[in-house]
Amino acid sequence: MELTDRNAQWRDELRYSMSNKERTEIARVKMNELDGEYRSHNSEEVNQGLTKEQALLEAKRCLDCPNPGCMTGCPVGINIPSFIKNIERGEFLNAAKVLKMTSALPAVCGRVCPQEKQCESQCIHLKMKKPAVAIGYLERFAADYERESGNISLPELAPKNGIKVAVVGSGPAGLSFAGDMAKKGYDVTVFEALHEIGGVLKYGIPEFRLPNSIVDVEINNLEKMGVKFMKDTIVGKTLSFDDIKAQGFKGMFVASGAGLPNFMNIEGENLIGVMSSNEYLTRVNLMGAAKDEFDTPVLKGKRVAVIGGGNTSMDSVRTAKRLGADLAMIVYRRSEDEMPARKEEVKHAKEEGVEFRTLHNPIKYIGDEKGRVKQMLLQKMELGEPDEKGRRRPVAIPGATELVDVDTVIVSIGVSPNPLIPRSIDGLEVSQKGTIVVGDNMQSTIPMIFAGGDIVRGGATVILAMGDGRKAAAEMDSYLKNS
Amino acid sequence: MYKIINKEQFSENVFRIDVEAPLIAKARKAGHFVIIRIDENGERIPLTIAGSDLEKGTITLVVQRIGVSSNKLCALKAGDYIADVVGPLGKATHIEKFGTVVCACGGVGTAPMLPIAEAMKKAGNKVIAVLAARTKDLVILEDEVRKVSDEVIIMTDDGSYGTKGLVTNGVESIINREKVDLCVTIGPAIMMKFVSLLTKKYEVPTVASLNTIMVDGTGMCGACRVSVGGETKFVCVDGPEFDAHQVDFDGMMSRMGAYREQEQAAFAKYKESING
Repeated sequence: MELTDRNAQWRDELRYSMSNKERTEIARVKMNELDGEYRSHNSEEVNQGLTKEQALLEAKRCLDCPNPGCMTGCPVGINIPSFIKNIERGEFLNAAKVLKMTSALPAVCGRVCPQEKQCESQCIHLKMKKPAVAIGYLERFAADYERESGNISLPELAPKNGIKVAVVGSGPAGLSFAGDMAKKGYDVTVFEALHEIGGVLKYGIPEFRLPNSIVDVEINNLEKMGVKFMKDTIVGKTLSFDDIKAQGFKGMFVASGAGLPNFMNIEGENLIGVMSSNEYLTRVNLMGAAKDEFDTPVLKGKRVAVIGGGNTSMDSVRTAKRLGADLAMIVYRRSEDEMPARKEEVKHAKEEGVEFRTLHNPIKYIGDEKGRVKQMLLQKMELGEPDEKGRRRPVAIPGATELVDVDTVIVSIGVSPNPLIPRSIDGLEVSQKGTIVVGDNMQSTIPMIFAGGDIVRGGATVILAMGDGRKAAAEMDSYLKNS
Repeated sequence: MYKIINKEQFSENVFRIDVEAPLIAKARKAGHFVIIRIDENGERIPLTIAGSDLEKGTITLVVQRIGVSSNKLCALKAGDYIADVVGPLGKATHIEKFGTVVCACGGVGTAPMLPIAEAMKKAGNKVIAVLAARTKDLVILEDEVRKVSDEVIIMTDDGSYGTKGLVTNGVESIINREKVDLCVTIGPAIMMKFVSLLTKKYEVPTVASLNTIMVDGTGMCGACRVSVGGETKFVCVDGPEFDAHQVDFDGMMSRMGAYREQEQAAFAKYKESING
């Protein structure tokens, strides 16, 4: 195909239009961002994207390697050099087309993927001690350009084959699977438990990092490709697995996500004002609780502690700041180096005035006479020997504790798989942790059921979930064609 | 969108609403609940299912007007639509032949008890229902409960109907006269707490159906968590029914007041908006 052919004439010409030395001497682009103080009081998107000029220049940095390492780092296998070279030659809409060949949600991935750990971590520039090409920024640029141009292209669809497949859950894994199966000609229906399509992209990731309107455009594209969405429908509850079979579905992909929030089981954790990040973010993001015209309430704490150091913790603490917290604080038991959150999120949080209390761990919450949390007791920690993952283990320093005044505590220490599906389908093998057991081909112990995303992984990233969806689509396709 | 097919007023603040939701009507069992969202700006609230009509494809909800959402819901008429109804959620009631089952209900708790009493009766139990309310007008669904019970005892706080006294007086009178194998209780948290204390004294196994705050209702947020036997449980996926003797009712009641200030402010604003 012309757009992705490295030997196409336009691509050869482009490659030789500039020397590699010249390309590597260009400095990596900086993302345009809103001012930290300004943005900490509103829900406007923090990252403003690249201008055309910035994108054109950044695209020149890509050396168009014959064996591109970046692609090996992409869970959905985007043809990265091809989309970047289309940007370099000014064919932004074609760049978007290349993205959509393998990704159902490029505007989302361009915003929330940890590129520094994936595609960009394999970039040739790193071997030359230069910063990687800003693949994520360019991906976002191409997807945004297409959307804003109004010329949104649909990927090519195979002729309809009339085979019905069901998807459980409309988060990144489910949407990615649905997009690929629609491309392959299947009749796809996505069942969603909530009243909004998008899963964690809607209830979890805040507006200032991923605007809902962006997610909706990607969902509309899937609808245009023929994907049907059923809201308010819980497979295993509203419709049983037998109902699904009776309705003629030949395959089912379970992508119901990691619902159940983890708590630490420490004293006072059920006090009023202590809640999971899922609850806090769902109230604000899905239910509109911060806005007057919506009925759902949320506690607008003045002294807010968020327990944990992941991306969800950063989303929660930055949300607290936006809801008017005077003190918004991350409490994390290891040091900043071990934090699982993206560096960019940590940087953004700091710019917005978030405090970091690293090497601290809550051991108890204390309530007032009304049962509301008023203080937390923190244990000071130090780093000990590395654990099995190589991260240095946090160890309590005997006797070193500190009492801190708080009125809201958001517990953000991870999630467990949602138990609804595993509990409701007989014969489905589930691990001790509650994840659905699948083989390398994403197939469960019930042949027509495939699964992916957090219900299999137990808590990962948007892009890994999307990669699972893509893989499951390919595998289910071959299963259905051979059975 | 889910259409309201029928609406009936039981008492000053209690309404019966039949909503078209054929899939839920078919799938639901005694003890299940739904989450509804009244309109695009509404909150998600849990309501226990009081019954269903398979032919019409409807489920029955019984709602007491208290705050903004319940008032908004009760202001809707037959023919109006509710934005979202999702379910059936929670675990169904464990039904088997226990022997003699006492169903202790307070106020609107009678509504979700109705299908449980019916199922218990069908399983061969002797069902004795205690319907308690502040005053005669607040006793609801009496005829329906009578149809599925061997005996119905009415208790009112003011003695305007049945026997004067609390639900616990009714339950205790039964325990004193015959062997009770199981007590099921649904009503305000404080009422369930006292039923539980009473039956614990007499060592009568007791199940309570909890009505905590929820957001998604599918195990995602943990707003509904409650301590049962010293362990944190999620009412939406682990319940809503639990061994009443293990439930920390005081903790639960405290958590139910988590948003009281916001709720009161919102209600004042709502009243102002409808009074123009």
